[in-house]
Amino acid sequence: MSATGQPASATLVVRDLHVAYAAAGGGQIQAVDGVTLSLRSGEALGLVGESGCGKTTVARAIAGLVKPQKGEIELDGATLARRSRAQRRTIQLVFQDPFASLNPRRTVRSVLAELLKVHELAADDAQRERRCVELMEMVGLPAAALDRRPAAFSGGQRQRIAIARAIAVEPRMIVADEPMSALDVSVGAAILGLFERLRNDLGLGLLLISHNLAVVAAICDRVAVMYLGRVVEAGPRGEVFSDPRHPYTRALLDAAPRLQPDAVAGPRLREEAPAAGVRPSGCSFHDRCPRVEDICRRDAPALVPVEGHPERVAACHFSHEHRGGRTR
Amino acid sequence: MSTAAVAPTPRSRRVAVRWRAIRRYPSLLAGLTLLGLLVAAVILAPLISHYSPDHEDLFHILAGPSWAHPLGTDELGRDELSRLLWAGRTDLRVGALAVIFPFCFGTAVGTLSGYYGGWLDSVVMRIVDVVIAFPFYVLVIGLVFVVGEGTRGIYIAFAVADWVVYARTVRAGTLVVRESEYVAAAKVGGLGDLRILVGHVLPNTISQAIVYIMSDIVLVIVAVVTLGYLGLGVQPPTPDWGTMVNDGQQFLTTHWALATLPGIAVVLTGLSLSLVGDGLADLLRPQ
Amino acid sequence: MTPPALEVRDLVVSAGDHHRRWRVVDGVSFSVDAGQSVGIVGESGCGKSLTLRAIMALTPDPIAIDSGTVLLSGEELPLRGRRVRATRRGHMSMVFQDPLSSLDPVHSAGAQVAEIARRVRGLPRRAAWTRAVDLLGLVGIREPQRRAHDYPHQLSGGMRQRVMIAMALASEPQVLLCDEPTTALDVTVQAQVLDLLNNLRVQLRLALVFVSHDLAVVSSICERVAVMYAGRFVETGPTLEVLRRPRHPYTLGLRQAVVDAEAVGRLPRAIRGELPDPSARPAGCPFHPRCDFADDACVQGPVELSAIGVDDRSVACLHSELVPAP
Repeated sequence: MSATGQPASATLVVRDLHVAYAAAGGGQIQAVDGVTLSLRSGEALGLVGESGCGKTTVARAIAGLVKPQKGEIELDGATLARRSRAQRRTIQLVFQDPFASLNPRRTVRSVLAELLKVHELAADDAQRERRCVELMEMVGLPAAALDRRPAAFSGGQRQRIAIARAIAVEPRMIVADEPMSALDVSVGAAILGLFERLRNDLGLGLLLISHNLAVVAAICDRVAVMYLGRVVEAGPRGEVFSDPRHPYTRALLDAAPRLQPDAVAGPRLREEAPAAGVRPSGCSFHDRCPRVEDICRRDAPALVPVEGHPERVAACHFSHEHRGGRTR
Repeated sequence: MSTAAVAPTPRSRRVAVRWRAIRRYPSLLAGLTLLGLLVAAVILAPLISHYSPDHEDLFHILAGPSWAHPLGTDELGRDELSRLLWAGRTDLRVGALAVIFPFCFGTAVGTLSGYYGGWLDSVVMRIVDVVIAFPFYVLVIGLVFVVGEGTRGIYIAFAVADWVVYARTVRAGTLVVRESEYVAAAKVGGLGDLRILVGHVLPNTISQAIVYIMSDIVLVIVAVVTLGYLGLGVQPPTPDWGTMVNDGQQFLTTHWALATLPGIAVVLTGLSLSLVGDGLADLLRPQ
Repeated sequence: MTPPALEVRDLVVSAGDHHRRWRVVDGVSFSVDAGQSVGIVGESGCGKSLTLRAIMALTPDPIAIDSGTVLLSGEELPLRGRRVRATRRGHMSMVFQDPLSSLDPVHSAGAQVAEIARRVRGLPRRAAWTRAVDLLGLVGIREPQRRAHDYPHQLSGGMRQRVMIAMALASEPQVLLCDEPTTALDVTVQAQVLDLLNNLRVQLRLALVFVSHDLAVVSSICERVAVMYAGRFVETGPTLEVLRRPRHPYTLGLRQAVVDAEAVGRLPRAIRGELPDPSARPAGCPFHPRCDFADDACVQGPVELSAIGVDDRSVACLHSELVPAP
């Protein structure tokens, strides 16, 4: 993937996306400030960043829930602006909170059957019912679950239902916004496994969003790191994790809790990310960066390919430096 | 794979669960029982009392309770019990029917206004503010004067004045549900607005309106009775609790039952509906 | 030999109504010395949060403490009764999971911390405010004199959690109970808060009890760990040892379910099945329906927690020798 060029056979392309919200008390918050990504069928891209970095807004824009201020979202070359019903099928969203993302008054069957009916994906009632049972099987739930309402299920089960809802319309891409953050680690592991299986079986493109790098490490081929509305580093997963070129990526890696914590701790990020909309001058990360120098306070670095690694991009004046290995 | 125990629910079990649920809310049970008795009594009026409510027997006016007249007779010799029951028919019927339009219209307006926002919401809310600013009885009495007395006037007056509370309540619920993730999922899923409003928004907002119906019926009945008392409501010869109170008040010191019994009937009706409303609020509250 | 700062013996907590009751905490024992940290790890619903609440006497009504002993520096604390919470004041504090709902939205951060200093430590108003500002600084809030006037909604998640910790410290406790305090936070903020708790533990010689569903989090802050399942401890021991070589199949399962940033490309393994409903637990070892090593012996009767080998470890499993290294 490159920030500037067109990848060869990309399916979903997000180009220079800008999204702004009206702020309480006047003015605007620039939640997404120029993001470019691409995702192919069968591929998994991880989008990582802290709360407020704009990753959820990117997800919502890709899914067609918010209107971009600037930039395009294209699927197979066709721009998705006002989406038709058929276009809406192609990209589906799985939300973070399984306790809020299902209609408490509707049974599982009614929600799935409605989608099948509206998109004419089954010839008659019998076929619709068969498909519903099949969807349950695909996400690892018994057919009996179709009769129940969300209150009857645990968090992990609800998330499976949400995934069934997403794949019911046979999408090409799934955007999963922190799908495991509200679940126990062991339950989340099962959901991650489910995403991986569906990606392989159905050939879906998967955009997995998380604040935890470790989650993304498990199943994503490529990774993009976001900070304050922009991508600050991106590239193949193995390379980004073993040899990060942006200090923020390094900090995220250091912060992920480990099973065998080393005695030596890497430098911790001070403070927290500034409130969305408050952008420091120069490099937006300079006030928290352990590697900061004067140039960082003046000039905002562009997102450009890393020296010697055309597949990777980073927005840092010192991206040629290696930050890899285990400093901890 | 999850091996969760999620057994299917056969129809008989679902009915049993509903009944058990109703039993769990004593106010609902008490209210339904009382209401059931009242409704049964007024429906069975012709069987309970064989007198026509208009039948005047001028030889037996203002009689006390007797075998022939369990509750006595009024100043024109009409059987009090049958008048009470037939008046109940009128008042309960008017009460139930008068809320239908406000409920439907108010819910629809509130839903659209809350969901789409923008200028529609501003306009609707200003209209609601104006209507609510009028004291309710002033508005109703004014409207009845304009359109004429009798049940027709009552229905029209309530259609104009009463829908606003439903609109406000449902709008508030809609504002919340509109931002929910399952509505977002429905949009992403390609469902059209109408389907989303009816299938996803309304089921989650309507329970408050349904609970309010109970209080509203009480309000309507009291209003009908009040209008009747003022001579502006149901017109004679149709019996009505309000006119009965009006007719009976001159005999308050001698034959207090004539004015009091209709009042008690209104209180019992109001009580039963309130209990049902409370019970419904508990029952319909999401888990 | 000084007694441990906190000791819990055979704590039993039950839930239900007057027809039927079942145990949600089924005989839990552990101890924490001053300056030490103990972690309790398990899935949601295993009873770990209730254990902490029972120790703090904060259990909501249908839940009752049946039996057990809680000792604070050797002195027994009552578990029931009208003034039971007062006995914890000034000795034990708790930090909860969701700072947004645990902080009062109508009072400033400083006011909430100062109130505790005033009520529990009897400081006069001005001194309490100064103490509050000091504590907010101690927990890593920059410009505490200014931030003390902020209201919860003006603070980020990490800051709110720091305020909660400051409030917990205002009563100058010896024991700090933490109920999933970082679960709702981003990893970067979580790392900062965990560091903070660790430093405070050392600086103030606090006895720390840390509850979480995340083994990785517990491993980064707790010297000793207890793995909890269906109301009981199924394995205890030094954290690093337990992780290096788990002895209970459930511990192994939890370990394999963690996504480790180290293990790039490796999918975590889920534990099949789900936690049993506390009102309907399986006979014998409660984990056996989900266990890869279970046999008939495991259904016979409850399996007790017994010491194993060296290093102060214990495990409640009949087949602990079968559990492989992860």
